[in-house]
Amino acid sequence: MTETAKTSLRSEEKSLKVTRSRRNVAWSGIGALVVIVVLFLFPYYVGPGTTGIMVQGLIVLTLASMWNLLAGYAGLVSVGQQAFFGLGAYFVLIPAMHGVTPWAGLFIAAIGAGVVAVPLWWLVARLRLGYFAIATWVLATVVMLVIEQISSVGGGTGMALPGLTGMDPAVLTAYTYWAALIVAVLAIGGVYLLLRSRIGLTLTAIRDDERAARSSGVRVGLARMGVFIAAAAGCGAAGGVLAIEQLQVVPGTSGGVFSVQWTAEMAFAVIIGGIGTIEGPILGTIVYMVLQQTLQSYNAWYLIVLGIVAIAVALFARRGLWGTVDERFNIRLFPVGYHLWAPGESRRRRRAAVQAASS
Amino acid sequence: MAWVNAIIQGLLTGGLYALFACGLSLLFGVMKVVNLAHGDLAVVAGYIGVGIIAVTHVPVLWSIPIVVVLMAVLGYVLQRSLLEAAISRGELTTLIVTFGLSIIIENGLQQFFTANSRGIGVGDSFVTASFSIGSQITIAYLPLGIFILAVIVLLGLQMFMSRSKYGRLIRAVADDREAAQMSGADYRHVFGIAAAIAFGTVAIAGIADGMTTTLSPTIGTDTILLFAFASVVIGGLGSLWGTLLGGIVLGVAQAIGGQINSNWEPLAGYAVFLLVLVVRPQGLTSRGAQS
Amino acid sequence: MSNRANPPGGRPPVPAEGLPDGGQRYQAGGGGPLLEVHDLVVHHGQLRALSGISLTVYPGEVYALIGANGAGKSTLLRTIAGLHHPTSGSISYDGKDVTGLRPEKRATAGIVMVPEGRRLFPSLTLEENLKVGGSFARKGPWTIERVYQLFPWMTERRGQKTAQMSGGEQQSVAIGRALVANPRVLLLDELSLGLAPVIVQRIYAMLPQVLESGITVLLVEQDVSQALRVATHLQCLLEGHTTLEGTPAEVTREQVEAAYFGAGPAAQVEVSSPIPPDPDGQRSNALWPGLTPSSRAC
Repeated sequence: MTETAKTSLRSEEKSLKVTRSRRNVAWSGIGALVVIVVLFLFPYYVGPGTTGIMVQGLIVLTLASMWNLLAGYAGLVSVGQQAFFGLGAYFVLIPAMHGVTPWAGLFIAAIGAGVVAVPLWWLVARLRLGYFAIATWVLATVVMLVIEQISSVGGGTGMALPGLTGMDPAVLTAYTYWAALIVAVLAIGGVYLLLRSRIGLTLTAIRDDERAARSSGVRVGLARMGVFIAAAAGCGAAGGVLAIEQLQVVPGTSGGVFSVQWTAEMAFAVIIGGIGTIEGPILGTIVYMVLQQTLQSYNAWYLIVLGIVAIAVALFARRGLWGTVDERFNIRLFPVGYHLWAPGESRRRRRAAVQAASS
Repeated sequence: MAWVNAIIQGLLTGGLYALFACGLSLLFGVMKVVNLAHGDLAVVAGYIGVGIIAVTHVPVLWSIPIVVVLMAVLGYVLQRSLLEAAISRGELTTLIVTFGLSIIIENGLQQFFTANSRGIGVGDSFVTASFSIGSQITIAYLPLGIFILAVIVLLGLQMFMSRSKYGRLIRAVADDREAAQMSGADYRHVFGIAAAIAFGTVAIAGIADGMTTTLSPTIGTDTILLFAFASVVIGGLGSLWGTLLGGIVLGVAQAIGGQINSNWEPLAGYAVFLLVLVVRPQGLTSRGAQS
Repeated sequence: MSNRANPPGGRPPVPAEGLPDGGQRYQAGGGGPLLEVHDLVVHHGQLRALSGISLTVYPGEVYALIGANGAGKSTLLRTIAGLHHPTSGSISYDGKDVTGLRPEKRATAGIVMVPEGRRLFPSLTLEENLKVGGSFARKGPWTIERVYQLFPWMTERRGQKTAQMSGGEQQSVAIGRALVANPRVLLLDELSLGLAPVIVQRIYAMLPQVLESGITVLLVEQDVSQALRVATHLQCLLEGHTTLEGTPAEVTREQVEAAYFGAGPAAQVEVSSPIPPDPDGQRSNALWPGLTPSSRAC
């Protein structure tokens, strides 16, 4: 994918080339496709127990990508994403109670969460970083309290998810897994496309220097709102998947869908994996899953360890696991930047030049 | 009349909320730090109090100064080590670190103390004891005592900030760190002192809370942090007495909400908070606009 | 010891305007230099702000740094105060190397700065500002009361917030805040900035009393005439280099202009006779026989 940019620097009558990455994107694209296909085939050769774990991982992966989009690209540290996560679950539950199949409910969850995000954004839009964080926490608590008042959806105790009974458990697990996989792929793919678009450029500009961006006419507020809504939609979809996986929706702050622990998990995964990169949340989720599985018998220890590691990373290795790798080897699986090629330069020459420079 | 009693109760609860809030306000005013672990630290203090009383059997009131001193020392150490490192790396890092701290504390408490709630017994008689004004109004001693305690703490803080050398230094460093350095002040030490004071007030708040309701690992964020923050915002940032005003408004709003429908108690408080956030984010007493 | 030995070149020592008898006060301290800067190189990020600056200040001197905007004068002062880290070079105070010392430690040791733009504490009153200045004060003659004697108008306004005060008043408060710490070296950064000339003169009128108490002054000043009026020694900076060093007595207007703006060969002056050695620290008494050749203004 190259875009030729004809500039006034018409040296040698050749124009400057602007590409998206140093190496051919096609290879990464094929690689990603292979990975997705492999993942897709999981339920055929892996037992339901493992599939269940994978579903959990995919949920956290989706959440992490959203949190990364918010904090790493838009500078919005939200400690209240559990609001949209929980709402997504309820947006699957309520239609299911009226006969809509939960699989379709996933779409409703995403859209519904996105819609709710609009007035909520209006409430917190003007707040500075620290205020914003707590305000989102307050909002999440309010959302939970409001929903707990509604007894028709189970009030404070929650409600089982109708519409999926009678399905063969193995098939259900497989379907759930595929739904989770599709949601995660769409989420990451969506983030990737978003960042490659005009909005992505806007976000990078804001991230680098907000004042300069503003004075250049960049619509900072609009871009941030867009990100907030998109992230809400993603979290909502993930919440819908959880509802299907657990076959029930339980509110509440300890272990329920509105628990801040979800935010803790997604935030820590992003920090450890590498904030501000698309690959980071993937890596972070893997770390999280490993920790969770190994420390499972010790109750809440995995969160404690995760928290400690996250703090350590935030203080001493800010760019996270992927960020450090990226710095060293300059790999980007998801290229969202631009590379400028001088006229007549080709990839081979560039590589040689880089090698010469670094030796 | 039930309403009047409820409102009075709410007013007195405002004192407890002010105790929650003043440490948060101090840290934010001086260091521009939003400490997401604030509420959990109050719970930690409460648990320490429980532990001390259980082990040494000192009277409840004695446990307060002990816990305060312990927490103040903890505050200084934490500030000089973890928080200072986080602050120097930016607001995002500070939020992440304090959030991480909050999660670690909550889950840690859950591990060691299980999710059961504990209380700081002040003797059943004291908890329920009350006196009456006229024939309709009853005021319980405990909330009144806590309210008075809150006023005393706020007075003490105000005296300290306006009269003492380190109170001045804290204000100076908050105004202009470099200029304070040129007057010989090591701002890291001054920040440490501010943190120690903030943690000390948090300790008092935690014990007071333990006396009023029971402690459990999750109330750190569920109630304390959010109520403290709400009090600060409603009352106005940077104003010590504003946190009392904010606490009172919050308490009264909750009481009124609770009278209408017992489930609406916390919601009413948050509703007021959100209202203030939208209409006047700088709160009820602050003069400047929030940037 | 009023050694007014006739320097080679035959020019009599000319006391700076407004100062008492030129010879007496230079006795303070005695011995070696109070503040020495060797070959200081300071960067602001990528930008090289100072390229190998050196200076020596003896007790009792009024050493002025002049130069245009961006020349590096304030950077030099801030580095001496400890607010900037030099890339290379050293700073020694009273014979001890302080290059790595934290700013607050330097302040308590006796190097106190009155920063550019006053930088008073806006939420504190006038008296509280002074009290903060005295928080870690050394022993010495300056107290808040004595500052009130120096600036009598402060007595009635001591409880006022300083934000409402005029620029000149704020500058006085800033100076008072530094004095209360009882410094040995007082760093004055752009006192005249934003102030009317009349006010500036009034402020500089307090300098003699400061010097009388044994304080040495190193100041940065954009107003060249003002600097020449009060200085015993001066150095001109241009884009991070030293373009002129000497005393006000023998620098001509043309030389200063050339050094200030960086004109070419006019800044180069022959040295009529070599600079005499100065083992007993009498240099502050003797006049420099000539000018040191200017470094090329980049």
